[in-house]
Amino acid sequence: MATPAPGNAAPVRSGDRSPRARRLCLVLVLLMLVMSALSLGAGASDVSASDSFGAWLAGRDLPLRDRIVLFDIRLPRLAMGLLVGAGLAVSGALMQGLFRNPLADPGLVGVSAGASLGAVAAIVLGGALPAGLGLLPAAALVPLFAFAGGWVAVILLYALATRGGRTSVATMLLAGIALAALANALVGVMIYKASDAALRDITFWSLGSLSGAHWSKVVLAAPLILTALLLSPLLARGLNALALGEAAAMHMGVEVQRLKRGAVLAVAAATGASVAIAGGIGFVGIVVPHLVRLASGPDHRWLLPNAALLGAVLLAGADIVARLVVAPAELPIGIVTAIAGAPLFLWILLGQRIRLEG
Amino acid sequence: MLLTEGLSVRLGGVPVLEGVGMTAQPGVLTAIVGPNGSGKTTLMRALTGEIGYRGRIALNGAEIRDLRPGELARIRGVLPQSGGLSFPFTVHEVVRLGQEAGAEPLRADGPGAALVRVGLGDYAHRLYQELSGGEQQRVQLARVLAQIGSPVSPEGRPRWLFLDEPVSSLDIGHQLLVMGLARDFAAAGGGVVAVMHDLNLTAMFAASVLLMRKGALAEQGPPERILRDDLLSATYGCRIRVGVAPADAVFLLPHSCAHGVGG
Repeated sequence: MATPAPGNAAPVRSGDRSPRARRLCLVLVLLMLVMSALSLGAGASDVSASDSFGAWLAGRDLPLRDRIVLFDIRLPRLAMGLLVGAGLAVSGALMQGLFRNPLADPGLVGVSAGASLGAVAAIVLGGALPAGLGLLPAAALVPLFAFAGGWVAVILLYALATRGGRTSVATMLLAGIALAALANALVGVMIYKASDAALRDITFWSLGSLSGAHWSKVVLAAPLILTALLLSPLLARGLNALALGEAAAMHMGVEVQRLKRGAVLAVAAATGASVAIAGGIGFVGIVVPHLVRLASGPDHRWLLPNAALLGAVLLAGADIVARLVVAPAELPIGIVTAIAGAPLFLWILLGQRIRLEG
Repeated sequence: MLLTEGLSVRLGGVPVLEGVGMTAQPGVLTAIVGPNGSGKTTLMRALTGEIGYRGRIALNGAEIRDLRPGELARIRGVLPQSGGLSFPFTVHEVVRLGQEAGAEPLRADGPGAALVRVGLGDYAHRLYQELSGGEQQRVQLARVLAQIGSPVSPEGRPRWLFLDEPVSSLDIGHQLLVMGLARDFAAAGGGVVAVMHDLNLTAMFAASVLLMRKGALAEQGPPERILRDDLLSATYGCRIRVGVAPADAVFLLPHSCAHGVGG
């Protein structure tokens, strides 16, 4: 009797794991609600979420302090955490499906490198920008530049990898590495030129954080991330067929080029927006889809929504940890996800190796 | 029916197929044979709409380059030569992928029924990646059968199976099972085109044989006209003697093949 390889949900008798995936979906929705309640109650201040919401629902006025803590600090922060977690996790699932590799990461399409170049440029050159852009507050400049940088990188990469109407996924992978190296070199040039204050901003941006949460950021990112989340199920059948290879997917009626374009656009929108508002948060995109496949199999019709839910739950949870461990200060959330995610990633990698060599 | 005229394919600027004019009729199994590098698989890839071509390929009267992948998927299924799978799907899930791509309404027992036909009735829960090569090949066939459904559409038009070396990793019992399934599909009014290496199985199951040589169609005809000593010896570059065994024997075509002799 072979032991099931890591990365596989234990088989069920009929071979149909969709009932299990449906149950997982329900559990994750409940977990998200619980995590949201915990997140609203957690923080440096002693405001109780349940008391405050109870009072609010009963129509009583809240003290101003409580209202600010809940509605202007914790709620936008929770919304950002849920959106970014879901966006990164769905992007990871889409990339892994597109590259046919469970270790692919949203960063592979150049979004993250382009976005960090944009963000660093905004931080370092912020003061020296033309008058029109100078009117924008610095806080808005960084996400806008990060988002623009991410998109420029993706479009460039897609154009480089497309010849005669066909996109080569392998070319995209390799060109992505080259483009990321170039972007990092340019970041290096700007760091070399940067002031000490800018250096500190750059460091914190690259560690990733939800601490600058504000409704304006939520409004910037939510339409993009939600669009990607809601349209991703349209790609599910195509990604399932693609697991059998590009030729087999085409034989099964999938418009492969359209599928690739759709997946790249969705990842650029969701990852671009996530990185723009929260900086570099690692490992969510790789690890979350893998955990979902482990629990209920690789069918993308369930993998995509369940990854979104689990990503949202985990990032909201990581944010609670980030806020509590060194309260009243807080850790950048990217540190929390890396500490938890890196060992998980290694575990996945070793499991893969055992399967490939065994 | 399936018909090509002046079919040419260049891959990376190199001509791989030149001026192929062939036909395949529904109701019978058409085999494509020929030595390595003669263009069999390229012909197959062109016929299934996978690569661009010059000339004509008409499937049931429609030029295949004008059909969308979704339209093609409802009139023909393709069994690939190799069956890699990048994620741990179960056998049931793989076969269901085929069923979802096809023309017929989804039936809960569809994947199971297709698996029974290829002799893998109790494999539904197994992980595809953990099966042997021969088992994977049969799961792929079940997926293609689930995709294509019945051999004739409700409008009375034939559906087609394209099989690229369908028995390459099978033992002799399963070779006969799979070729028998293909022949039954044809007998029920569907079309079957198969790339074959085994000339004995070709002689047993094909009613029409295309002999490929150096990127061109050397001959097309019934097996008794194509599978001849002189034609095969010249094409494969070795001496081949064709014999005919009693009607119920498996090996109809014992051939002695010595490289460097004849040609």
